[in-house]
Amino acid sequence: MKLLTTSAPHVRNEDSTRKIMIDVLIALVPAVIGATYFFGLYALVLSVIGMVSAELIELFIMRVLRKDKSFAPNGSAAVTGLLLALNVSAATPWWVLLIGVVFAIAIVKHAFGGLGQNIFNPALAARVFLLISFPTAMTTWYKPITSFTGWYSADVQTTATPLAILKLQGFSKVMESTSYIDLIFGNIGGCIGETSAILLLIGFIYLYLPLLLIGFIYLVLRGRIKVVIPATYILTVLVMASIFYAINPEKFGSPVFHLFAGGLMLGALFMATDMVTSPMTLKGQAIFGLGCGLLTMIIRYFGGYPEGVSLSILLMNALVPMIDRYTQPKIFGRRKS
Amino acid sequence: MKLLTFKGGVHPPEKKYTEHEEIRKAPLPEKVVVFMAQHAGTPAKPIVEVGQEVKTGQVIGEPQGAISAYVHSPVTGKVVSIAKVNSNVHGMAVDALTIERTSDDDWELLPKLDYRSATKEELLDNIKKAGIVGLGGAMFPTHVKLNPPKPVDTLIINGAECEPYLTIDHRVMLEMSDEILIGIEIAKKILGVKEVYIGIENNKKDAIELLEKKWNGNVKVAALKTKYPQGAEKQLIKAITGREVPSGGLPSDVGVVVQNVSTMLAIKEAVVDGKPLIERGLTLTGEGVKEKGNWWVRIGTPISWIIEKLGNGFVEGLQEVKVLMGGPMMGIPVSSLDTPILKGNNGLTIITEQKRESTNCIRCSYCVHVCPMNLQPYLLDLLSRKKKYDEAAAIGLLDCIECGSCTYICPANVEHVKSIKLAKKVYRTLRGGKK
Repeated sequence: MKLLTTSAPHVRNEDSTRKIMIDVLIALVPAVIGATYFFGLYALVLSVIGMVSAELIELFIMRVLRKDKSFAPNGSAAVTGLLLALNVSAATPWWVLLIGVVFAIAIVKHAFGGLGQNIFNPALAARVFLLISFPTAMTTWYKPITSFTGWYSADVQTTATPLAILKLQGFSKVMESTSYIDLIFGNIGGCIGETSAILLLIGFIYLYLPLLLIGFIYLVLRGRIKVVIPATYILTVLVMASIFYAINPEKFGSPVFHLFAGGLMLGALFMATDMVTSPMTLKGQAIFGLGCGLLTMIIRYFGGYPEGVSLSILLMNALVPMIDRYTQPKIFGRRKS
Repeated sequence: MKLLTFKGGVHPPEKKYTEHEEIRKAPLPEKVVVFMAQHAGTPAKPIVEVGQEVKTGQVIGEPQGAISAYVHSPVTGKVVSIAKVNSNVHGMAVDALTIERTSDDDWELLPKLDYRSATKEELLDNIKKAGIVGLGGAMFPTHVKLNPPKPVDTLIINGAECEPYLTIDHRVMLEMSDEILIGIEIAKKILGVKEVYIGIENNKKDAIELLEKKWNGNVKVAALKTKYPQGAEKQLIKAITGREVPSGGLPSDVGVVVQNVSTMLAIKEAVVDGKPLIERGLTLTGEGVKEKGNWWVRIGTPISWIIEKLGNGFVEGLQEVKVLMGGPMMGIPVSSLDTPILKGNNGLTIITEQKRESTNCIRCSYCVHVCPMNLQPYLLDLLSRKKKYDEAAAIGLLDCIECGSCTYICPANVEHVKSIKLAKKVYRTLRGGKK
């Protein structure tokens, strides 16, 4: 009988990185369905291309370039690829998405050391990279097609996003062309994933399900998603939007509009909560969410771009090491220093 | 009923297979191996010679220095060797006496005391002479612990038994409640405290109910949430009294002494019956052994004998197993089945290994939220592996109680505890005993 003497603890729970990533992918399924309904089959094609190419690129990098023969795909690349696919417009050619995926996985993730080591959210950094490199493709917005099997023809109608209309023409113009119902259910121009706020919410709630079943509130607090981040992020957006709405409704738009327009839901629920690029303590996560909210609204109101979610989260990503440093928990038995 | 608890922790599968198994008396082994280091502090010094006949309960090792303990012969027989043996449990070679049993027990007992009339000094002396150490696993000499450097007002009896698999404290509470109560009376008298609590996890409802009824409020029964590491000293004190033992401090700094429930039994036997600590309760359990159960075994019984005679051997078809002294969260895997049972050995858990590869930390922050000491395990692990010991110490390296909650919960299988343990050793050595 061989006696094993490896280190304690000798039981481990059944969790794994792969299980976390699969949960995130499952949670994004409603968003993909929504995107496919509003922008046709091409949205599904982009989603699949995003996931598959990301995994293949990572496999190549790990097995060939980093010579890790035992590397097995864990799904983290697929999450990045899918999130990027949900972050481009339906007018984006598939090869542009592919370039974005290569940038996300090879540069943003692996050049910084790979899984767990990257400073910036790979999908978001790649989105901004594409926005700068392919501004026309990335900012041409098709009118939703509302058919799962639909496919855009050459004479497709383009539209401006509600946030762009707000920036250029004012809030009353937005409300002429868009109802709140359309905003909530995603029947408006925009990135293929960011329009379906309600579906994202369903996906978000899914992430809690296993934990809710176990029934411990404290487990919810340390579930798959760092829940404090979306809470403080969205709250900050609401508070800021309310204040500015009171100042000048025509110029700044209503709080509900800001909540459901643009990439806020996708960003707050799935981008800002990326484990690798967000703070470790609850207090740090609150600061992170607050910063994201403030920056998002400042860019929306005063920036050159109509939308500020991506940039605000990336800026806050860069501050995570500092936030972690200044929000260290009080050690048991020590006085607060 | 309001359940008391602490912040953080995990809930591994309990697997208390043996909770309904009555404690049985194991037959006497033919041979025992008695370590001179079965307590925290300086190892005892052997005072018998090879070839010498010894009686059951006869002193064979004498304490050295202030923190040390007596060691007694667990059987009646003949000393056949005194040698240094490598013990991976201690991480070094230790003095060990091998005694071959020649007959049934021929006892050499301590003077019996009437604990009601005996003085504090007499009681402490008996406990010291009986070689009693903390039976929960830490093996700190009990006569030292019952004589704290600061006055205390509260005694807490630890019946949490938060380690999965282990059930011996549970069975002792159910079967020996009268004896434990006498042990508690003695400890209470020595310490001069008024408040006595016993903390029991809520997965042992029968024990909670029994002790509430039988002890009639003389000892307050505190029902604790079933959560690991509920039985860790600092977490237990926090849960029951709300007091927080200061970093680097002792329970007596907050007026508390904690004693394991089985230690109370040993105290009763030493004082009332004059019986030194040569026998203890032990849970033999795990998926790798055929017969599981709770047993009274002699200290020094080789593990191989216990697995063969009491456990009916390993489960067939296994190529490799882990034999743990203690439970699966903090137990120490033995590298040899010749290793004997020590005084602090509350269980033998034989588990079949699940191999897991460590992967990159994905900063999920689970470890931060489960750490009962409110540390940042991911960062301690990182700094430890990078040999940045001073930085690690600054964020609480020495505050880590090595409970393993972080490593248990980690989805990436990062071995925090392994690197932290090593870093602690290196840091202490580098610092050379300086505070």
